[in-house]
Amino acid sequence: MSKPQGAARLGATMNDLLHSIPATEDGLESAGYIPSRSIATAVYLAHHLQKPILVEGPAGVGKTELAKAISAWLSLPLIRMQCYEGLDESKALYEWKYGKQLLYTQILKDKMGAKLGEESTLEAAVEKLHGVGDLFFSDHFLEPRPLLRALREPGGAVLLVDEVDKADQEFEAFLLEILSDYQVSIPEIGTVKAVVPPFVLLTSNSMRDLGDALKRRCLHLHIGLPDAKLEGRIVASRVPGVAEGLRRQLVHFVQGLRGLDLKKLPSVSETLDWARVLVLLHARELEPDMVRDTLNVLLKFESDIEAAAPRVVELIQAARRDAGFG
Amino acid sequence: MDGPLIEFFRAARSAGLRVSPAESIDAVRAVQVVGWEDRCALHDTLALVMAKTVEEKRQFDECFDLFFRRQGFRGEAPTPGEDGDAPDAGSPAAGEAEGAGGAGSELGRMLLEGDQAGLAAAMEAAAQEAGIRNIAVFTQVNLFARRILERMGLNALDREIRALAGTPQGDRLARAREMLREQARDLVQQNLLLFAKGETERWRERMLAESRLTSIDRRDHERMRILVRAMARRLAVQYGRNRKRDRRGQLDIRRTLRRNMAWDAIPFLTIWKQEVIDKPKLVVLCDVSGSVAALAQFLLMFLYALKEALSGLRAFAFAGELIEVSEILERQPIEKAITEIMTKVGFGSSNYGNSLADFSNGFLSILDRQSTVIILGDGRGNRTDPRVPILQDIANRSKGVIWLNPEPRTLWGTGDSDMLRYAPHCRVTAVCATLAQLERIITDLLKDAR
Repeated sequence: MSKPQGAARLGATMNDLLHSIPATEDGLESAGYIPSRSIATAVYLAHHLQKPILVEGPAGVGKTELAKAISAWLSLPLIRMQCYEGLDESKALYEWKYGKQLLYTQILKDKMGAKLGEESTLEAAVEKLHGVGDLFFSDHFLEPRPLLRALREPGGAVLLVDEVDKADQEFEAFLLEILSDYQVSIPEIGTVKAVVPPFVLLTSNSMRDLGDALKRRCLHLHIGLPDAKLEGRIVASRVPGVAEGLRRQLVHFVQGLRGLDLKKLPSVSETLDWARVLVLLHARELEPDMVRDTLNVLLKFESDIEAAAPRVVELIQAARRDAGFG
Repeated sequence: MDGPLIEFFRAARSAGLRVSPAESIDAVRAVQVVGWEDRCALHDTLALVMAKTVEEKRQFDECFDLFFRRQGFRGEAPTPGEDGDAPDAGSPAAGEAEGAGGAGSELGRMLLEGDQAGLAAAMEAAAQEAGIRNIAVFTQVNLFARRILERMGLNALDREIRALAGTPQGDRLARAREMLREQARDLVQQNLLLFAKGETERWRERMLAESRLTSIDRRDHERMRILVRAMARRLAVQYGRNRKRDRRGQLDIRRTLRRNMAWDAIPFLTIWKQEVIDKPKLVVLCDVSGSVAALAQFLLMFLYALKEALSGLRAFAFAGELIEVSEILERQPIEKAITEIMTKVGFGSSNYGNSLADFSNGFLSILDRQSTVIILGDGRGNRTDPRVPILQDIANRSKGVIWLNPEPRTLWGTGDSDMLRYAPHCRVTAVCATLAQLERIITDLLKDAR
């Protein structure tokens, strides 16, 4: 494993940035992502053990944001691959530029003819062709897709494999080689090994259970809904315009809302949206009418809104009380 | 250094986590990076490497707390659990304290002085010697507690107490001995929980899957529910997605052209037309009269846990008459729903003819040729009119009727059983008395749905 000079230097700076768990926490914060301790631990370990992180959790708790924050903090390019049913090698790894190959053969036809014309026998011509045969299956005609791009990025990269549970089971198996050895095999060229192992994050919404083989190769991070304190810090960092009193109230209100029996609990992204809405409305405090009118920002099902609307006043009172103490 | 970790892996496996050798290697490497000092960081680290689902995270938390609390030693002295935080602190100290048991008075001295650290270390060492890690069943608790105390020098202590009988020091020692007994028992209990739980649990689960559902004890119901859910979950994952099958020989021209664009649409790669394998659509009729009620509960639980692998599910319950219970089952957790259903129709004597007529009058229109009807019952209508033609009508309108009967085949048709009269109209009749049988039947159903 002899890394080129540049990669070694880069590794050193990354080690500096990620020298301890608190440093990781601060670093992510500087990129605008307020992590919980276990998130910081996961990022720290992922770097030091060179393992991918599999992030699970409900929608909107910041799984994708985490990847963006890491890439911003470490100033590495973010390469994102969105998974879906039917995703295959040619879309995830590489494809040949067929058009270009055809075009080149057309253009080079005459040259070939001239060259091969010199040969007297068929065998000799074939022999000559062998010399240029690999030309059309070389780097020039290779169209790298996200996975290959991430491996070939000279300075390392953050590779985000988003919603891996949406892809087929076969694709999961295909990911294994990349995740454990940071290399892929391309039949026509050979094995491509990562210049610098990319920082890999996989996210999953638990649409289906992922295979054990995949899980075994990853650190498994579960991000749940944050507590009031953490959520308050997240809102403060993401929506700086919101006054402190209002911020506390709205965070406690959302926390209270999560205690109700709802189909889809509001997650952090909804809290942030709501905070932005309240700032736009120039709100100073939570008012029942205003909350009722903007409830559709927090709750995405008609039945949830109907269930929550009658309890708004009660929840606001509780939120005001908690905010006063907190 | 890695000794405690390896023991922790054993404990974790026993708690139901699947820790493969690869994961244990990762865990050791991770701990080398993070270090032992910070208990919180240690917890987060091991959780990241070892627990891979939400359920496993919960099990992991329990196991972690139990394991790393183990070295703590509480006594009547005012310094409780002071030494509990350093997981590997116990082992070197234990070596020194090993000779303490033989001296006899050494144990007495430690008890009188309230030397918590010394006692903890001595007990830990004695427990190791007694082979506590091999404890397998709860009946061994007293035996192991006894062995530990003997190795710590209980006999000498007994003699000492007899010699000092009557003096205040003797009384104090006697009290301390009782404390010690209790603590030894606690230690053994804890080890039982840590190292033996998995083994007994697995054994029980195997037994439960094979035993008759109607005769399962009420206190095992909770465990059964977990088991049923796990089974259903496994099937749901396997069959929950839309499955497709190639119809070889029928070219999908549109997709083939698109795939071969790059070659001037010369079809190098062919793509066949596919047919979607339908998820089964089920209508379930459950007899909830006394004789079959327990079984009905598990069948409904199974099917509702499986919902994502089914395209539709309507449930009906009957005893003397029939009502639809889909809504009750969807509205609340299964345990409560079952109770509500039971109070509504359950525990009467069953009347199959009447119930079938109810279904045919009210709900016959929900059947189409994609729906499979599952009837669960023993077919014993208490000598009422079985009204077989109605079942025939149901069978004709649907894809087929599957009759699950908890009784063994030899009893079918005996006494008031109308099973043999219903059987000709059923696509499948099966004996379904244990969870293992139930799983097999449902798997077949999912597999050949088309």
